[in-house]
Amino acid sequence: MYLYSLTLQRATGIVSAINGNFSGGKAQEIVVARGKVLDLLRPDENGKIQTVLSVEIFGAIRSLAQFRLTGAQKDYIVVGSDSGRIVILEYNKERNVFDKIHQETFGKSGCRRIVPGQYLAVDPKGRAVMIGACEKQKLVYVLNRDTVARLTISSPLEAHKSHTICYSVCGVDCGFDNPIFAAIELDYSEADQDSTGQAASEAQKNLTFYELDLGLNHVSRKWSEQVDNGANMLVTVPGGGDGPSGILVCAENFVIYKNQGHPDVRAVIPRRADLPAERGVLIVSAATHKQKSMFFFLLQTEYGDIFKVTLDHENDKVKELKIKYFDTIPVTSSMCVLKSGFLFAASEFGNHALYQFQAIGEEEDVEASSATLMETEEGFQPVFFQPRGLKNLVRIDQVESLMPIMDMKVANLFDEETPQIFSLCGRGPRSSLRILRPGLAISEMAVSQLPGVPSAVWTVKRNLSDEFDAYIVVSFNNATLVLSIGETVEEVSDSGFLDTTPSLAVSLIGDDSLMQIHPNGIRHIREDGRINEWRTPGKRTIVKVGSNRLQVVIALSGGELIYFEVDMTGQLMEVEKHEMSGDVACLDIAPVPEGRQRSRFLAVGSYDNTIRVLSLDPDDCMQILSVQSVSAPPESLLFLEVQASIGGEDGADHPASLFLNAGLQTGVLFRTVVDMVTGQLSDSRSRFLGLRAPKLFSINVRGRRAMLCLSSRPWLGYIHQGHFLLTPLSYETLEYAASFSSDQCAEGVVAVAGDALRIFTIERLGETFNETAIPLRYTPRKFVLQPKRKLLVIIESDQGAYTAEEREAAKKEFFEAAGMGENGSANAEKMENGDDDDKDDPLSDEQYGYPKTETDKWVSCIRVLDPSHLMFLVSTLQSFHFCKYRRDENQLYIFADDSVPRWLTASYHVDFDTMAGADKFGNVYFVRLPQDVSDEIEEDPTGGKIKWEQGKLNGAPNKAVENASCMGQ
Amino acid sequence: MQASDRFNINSQLEHLQAKYVGTGHADLNRFEWAVNIQRDSYASYIGHYPMLAYFALAENESIGRERYNFMQKMLLPCGLPPEREDD
Repeated sequence: MYLYSLTLQRATGIVSAINGNFSGGKAQEIVVARGKVLDLLRPDENGKIQTVLSVEIFGAIRSLAQFRLTGAQKDYIVVGSDSGRIVILEYNKERNVFDKIHQETFGKSGCRRIVPGQYLAVDPKGRAVMIGACEKQKLVYVLNRDTVARLTISSPLEAHKSHTICYSVCGVDCGFDNPIFAAIELDYSEADQDSTGQAASEAQKNLTFYELDLGLNHVSRKWSEQVDNGANMLVTVPGGGDGPSGILVCAENFVIYKNQGHPDVRAVIPRRADLPAERGVLIVSAATHKQKSMFFFLLQTEYGDIFKVTLDHENDKVKELKIKYFDTIPVTSSMCVLKSGFLFAASEFGNHALYQFQAIGEEEDVEASSATLMETEEGFQPVFFQPRGLKNLVRIDQVESLMPIMDMKVANLFDEETPQIFSLCGRGPRSSLRILRPGLAISEMAVSQLPGVPSAVWTVKRNLSDEFDAYIVVSFNNATLVLSIGETVEEVSDSGFLDTTPSLAVSLIGDDSLMQIHPNGIRHIREDGRINEWRTPGKRTIVKVGSNRLQVVIALSGGELIYFEVDMTGQLMEVEKHEMSGDVACLDIAPVPEGRQRSRFLAVGSYDNTIRVLSLDPDDCMQILSVQSVSAPPESLLFLEVQASIGGEDGADHPASLFLNAGLQTGVLFRTVVDMVTGQLSDSRSRFLGLRAPKLFSINVRGRRAMLCLSSRPWLGYIHQGHFLLTPLSYETLEYAASFSSDQCAEGVVAVAGDALRIFTIERLGETFNETAIPLRYTPRKFVLQPKRKLLVIIESDQGAYTAEEREAAKKEFFEAAGMGENGSANAEKMENGDDDDKDDPLSDEQYGYPKTETDKWVSCIRVLDPSHLMFLVSTLQSFHFCKYRRDENQLYIFADDSVPRWLTASYHVDFDTMAGADKFGNVYFVRLPQDVSDEIEEDPTGGKIKWEQGKLNGAPNKAVENASCMGQ
Repeated sequence: MQASDRFNINSQLEHLQAKYVGTGHADLNRFEWAVNIQRDSYASYIGHYPMLAYFALAENESIGRERYNFMQKMLLPCGLPPEREDD
């Protein structure tokens, strides 16, 4: 069996995220692991997250950590994966890659119980790293520098302990003393032997400090002490002059400060008032913020509430531990506090977000403290709070995440050119139905009707040094319309352009004059208003034009080319004439290279299915340099300079290559490489773009030249992360387009289609799909499409949640109680905190999640959705059963089943006899009815025979045969 | 095969059993076998993030809670051990 896979959309969920300065310099960067993909992200100056680099690692990343050598300016990345190796990466800014500095093998591959990779901890001073497994094994590597300041790694030092489960590891900040690592451990050896259960009930978690003696090159257990049995996570507390050192132990319901030779300082984690009493509160992610004068921790609970934890300390003595309610955001897998005042929240399900700090929780709020901890007979006294709107954080950007995709189908419900992908994403209140269309998203800025049907549009600057365009010029069949761009876009008549004739080209020529080419001549409008007209000889008309800032070539009917250049005085001078063998189909001149007088190449497309490259140099002017034959007459030509695919952000070391693009009448885009010196064409490629001949236009994307191809749908060819991409736009068919730049819109496109003028910008470059999301109420499980009526039927359900009615009632009760109890002050606060979009509902479920109930409750709904506005038997425990239905008896007969019971998660009916299935343990397999059984069933339409047949092996009389299976994960 | 080789193989096996938790031997009983399988399974669920996410979705819990629950279950994955027959 051969399988071929092509990734359309890379993984969007995040397993783990770390932050630091990976490229050196000041920029704050984030490295995220998305399962098998490692990404480097950077928030830009507008607070938008940009993906700088994305690398497939062909493995499963389980943990990430960053460290910095003392005195160094950049952070290294340590990766724990399923490879049985520890890998240290360095980001190389020049080449935009992760360089593998070290790769040390220590065990078998795979996510195994005793092979390290699950946990990573680094010494805060960057001198050592510990890599641990769920059980037994922990290895410590010493990090250092050699004489030329390269990072070195030692052979591993063992810190193993048999029969011990490890919950978490972290580094302890002890300045420049020997590095110490802390671990939460649980020894199960006695519980496994004791049949009375006493040992199991007395099993005790321990906090253990492992010291790495740098002098002896040896790791020893330094200290071990009992810790709360609900402990699940450790957080490093700053030390060595910056703080009291030691660690925070996060346990169910508590946060405890611990250090060797220091009494425990314990505080209770405040709980939501509506949380059932039997449920605990567990911390699932943590982030630390450290400045010169202070530090604090942000801890997020499993319900999404973030608490700010501060330590009141005098030197090494911690007097008080305070836990204050901070804000509530969707539950994260990792949080990163950036030094630039941002919080990156990598959501465990659904979209990720970037928040900006508005405050650091200095204001009054619900607070639990170690000083006020009350112990009663029933245990420690809880502290309650009510979640509220965001006070300290404000969301400034979102990164789309489809995780988890619960179900997906491809169908063309909207009768578009390409089918849409319907996917059920997210869970609980954040779930949605997303409709994915291949293509880049467009944001439309303006659409205005024009008096006729335009044929072309251009934008033009008044002066070379101008930042923005001055005019939009629209050509009709018999007239030209000039619009000036200012605060508004309005028609003007004093521009100097001839408006009684259609135009063939409008552009800036020289430094400060304008040129309009119409069928009967060239109109050259000087800066001072003087107008020079060049008229065509005889009755011949201009049919095609190619121009750049200093050169113009026109093609007259009959196939004569006339070449003009702008001279020193700004005059347009005729230089050369050339007779082609037949009519010219299209022309293009390459842009003038930086610091040069002229471009050397002119490309001419002819109706005899050829493209010729001609020279424009004075010594061999109008000589043919090369000829390329193509499959159909070319419609449009464009020279495009593209940086080589490897190279850094600026790509300075890699010379650009020049490509000649041609849109053929068959709808194919044809691309060849042009030799920059000889003009020879080589390495031609073609790609089908649509049902119309592509028209090619040059526009600006991120300050670089890019290509817009207008076929039956628009396509954009641009450079993204050092690669040239050609992607469709999610937009309707366009006739003609030009780049557009104004005060309000720095990099836009103006285009004509039908009788409308459209201005739009292209968003989220680099993405494959443009998505439309429709929110759902509960976690969607499955859906079916009804193609005839264009309906979607979705089933949604959630365990342990209240029904909508119960929820409404509880909400009402709460607000009434709050409003009455505090004399209306709660209402005032509500107004203040409410977001703009949900003023009426300050506790939007999307942000705060559904309140939890007892686990035996559940909710569900079936939704019939009409998105055009905007049934084989499978058992989850027993694999497939093949049944026959008898209408007269209204009974189902199981005539065949699978020989192996499987816990099925998905199934697909491949053909009449074959089913494909996937089970809970990561297997994908096919089962097929044996041919004789299949024939027998065919021949026995009444099913009378099966009815009386004896079962085999306590099952159906026949067994389906497994054809192929493969193990996933 | 010489007698000394046999000792050698036995000692090698013992070494393997000590080094790799869960390596079986001739006298392994049903309970011990099951405990190993269960612990290996839980460790695998914890290591494979998509599996954790899958369980978290089914139980409507957060991934962090699900990971913690699996870790907790590694203590007594198959209940109490059977009483030992005195030999």
